Amino acid sequence: MEQIIANGLYLGAQYALIALGLTLIFSLMNVLNFAHGQMYVFGGFVCYTVVAQLGMPFILGLVASALVLGVMGALIERFLFRPVIRRSKRDESTMLLAAGIAFFLDAVILLLFGEKQRGVPKIVNGVFNWDFRLIMPYDRILIGVLAIALIAGFILFMQYSKAGRAMRALAQDRMAAQLMGVDVDRYSMIGFAMGAMLAGLVGALLVTITGVNLGMGGPTSVKAFLMIMIGGASVISGAIAGGFILGMMESVGLSVLSSYGDVTYLVIFATLMVFLAIRPQGLMGKPWG
Amino acid sequence: MLRRHVLKSTALAFAASLVLTPAAHAQNPTLKIGFVGVTSGPAAAWGISNQRSLETRAAWLNELGGVQIGDTTYDIQIVAFDDQKDPKRAIAGMERMAQEGVHYVVGPNVDDGAAAVRPVAEQNGIIYFPYAFPKELYVAPASNAILGMVANYQSGPAIYKYLMDNKGVQKVAFVAANESDPLSQRDSGIEAAKALGLEVVSDKVTYQVDTTDFTPVLLPVLQAQPDLLVLSGVSPANAPQLIRSARELGYEGLISTETAQDASVLAEGAGDLAEGFISVGGASTPELASDTMREFVDRYTKMFGEYNDESNTKVYALEYIIETLKANPAAIDDVEAFKTTIDTFEAPNPFMVGDAKLRYVGQSSFGQKRQIAVPLVVNEYRGGKFETLFVAEVD
Repeated sequence: MEQIIANGLYLGAQYALIALGLTLIFSLMNVLNFAHGQMYVFGGFVCYTVVAQLGMPFILGLVASALVLGVMGALIERFLFRPVIRRSKRDESTMLLAAGIAFFLDAVILLLFGEKQRGVPKIVNGVFNWDFRLIMPYDRILIGVLAIALIAGFILFMQYSKAGRAMRALAQDRMAAQLMGVDVDRYSMIGFAMGAMLAGLVGALLVTITGVNLGMGGPTSVKAFLMIMIGGASVISGAIAGGFILGMMESVGLSVLSSYGDVTYLVIFATLMVFLAIRPQGLMGKPWG
Repeated sequence: MLRRHVLKSTALAFAASLVLTPAAHAQNPTLKIGFVGVTSGPAAAWGISNQRSLETRAAWLNELGGVQIGDTTYDIQIVAFDDQKDPKRAIAGMERMAQEGVHYVVGPNVDDGAAAVRPVAEQNGIIYFPYAFPKELYVAPASNAILGMVANYQSGPAIYKYLMDNKGVQKVAFVAANESDPLSQRDSGIEAAKALGLEVVSDKVTYQVDTTDFTPVLLPVLQAQPDLLVLSGVSPANAPQLIRSARELGYEGLISTETAQDASVLAEGAGDLAEGFISVGGASTPELASDTMREFVDRYTKMFGEYNDESNTKVYALEYIIETLKANPAAIDDVEAFKTTIDTFEAPNPFMVGDAKLRYVGQSSFGQKRQIAVPLVVNEYRGGKFETLFVAEVD
């Protein structure tokens, strides 16, 4: 049981961090960013290039991933989403644009980084073993702690910084925020850049554990959407809760249901369908949006 | 006057260049060889190594002046189609090959794709070389598919027997991705293990291909304390993570798979934890590779920046097609002629040292020769590269 809980917490921390970026972008701009998984993969490959190819320390890989993805996010918002949102009132326009960016990034990743699975050497060696009741490699513990620290840092930033307050105001009521003098364009760009940066950071963190490959983007996006549906779209606490709930469900399912074959995600999806039928806005979302 | 002379000379030179250029470059007719396989998504490495092997070898042969089949010398052109590991796309790809007049296609890479294209291939006179194992593709009345590698039901028993005899393996556990290929490979692996008298202690656990943490997946498997953990049909992307998770959970037994892997991917993803990992390779281990194979690896690396060990096996398909066509030029647009040549075909194997031969096999597995003979090389990962554990032959 200890092992199942520890696995669930570790998975939950990484999932929550993935979901945070997605929900931030959705709450600020009402954009379903289907390219979020590809941004995560791109961040992983940037970290791989810095650490494994250039031989630099892991921390530099993390910083490089955050910077590259932050800049990429800002540029995507400024030159792609902003003009489309300005010219089209239809939600499908941004959804199609996001899907197009996902395909484009897939192609760019293949061209730049190739088709192979990539990984960087373990950043910490050794395994924590509590009498075979709980086994957890130290690098996973470190990544889990870093993920939780990043989540905490993000919450503090959103809560207490001027930019964070402006973005929360935007998320609550775009028009009212604009009337109160919030520079909508500027904070939309910062928000999108932060969302992309978070995706890149998770990719960089996990490249040390799971490695990264071209095909991880799509499934990562699906899981991220799953989390924000559980927690409630455009609610930051909901994304965190969704991430931990999904992580725990996965860990419990894989252990308890293993003898029935790969039915864990079947059960998760079935449960989610029932849950959404009862509470379509998710755990913490508001029924009115 | 001078101006007119210059204009006339220029026009003449241009006309001469148009007339003479084809002769100077000796434009050969083109022989199109198709590729339908997965070059995007999580399994992209499988198809990309196929496509790049084809393109490398084709460029090399064209550089040498082309391939003489009968009285005609052809340049090889590779026509590639990404099926995205989707059977519907694979059908579309094979239909495109038919429209382009291609009679010989390498791929698809997976079971459902290979099964899906069968009617299209048979109706349009296409011989195809899948990297997929279902026997019904190769057993009569099917006759247009030729297995491009060693199947797991051929390599699995050989590996298990070797490990029983040499490493004292008695208990075996299987884990597979929840997809058709790995599941069918797991099932035939279980059957083979039981037939050899091994005790199968875990055979139900599966995982999603997009799993990012294999610890919870492997926990119940390793609690059964197997001597050998078989990663059935594992993709190169998942293998390092599974190995790493198993070792980090304290597993000290053997780990093997019947699919081809890449040493650099294992080194990056699992490092020293991959030591002793057993997989099936191709013909370019240092002990077996000929100078031609070494040059192929060099050319591939120059063309694409990095070699893929999976191409050790995938280099063969184009060679078989060309050499069989050379043996019977009538087969160039008549696959029935190709089929009749299969039974007696034999040619020197340029990729292996010694007097190895290219020939078709599969009589004992399929009742007809519908498999190319590639050496069954079982590798062990040691110190960042593969070492040959043993070599066997298939028929």
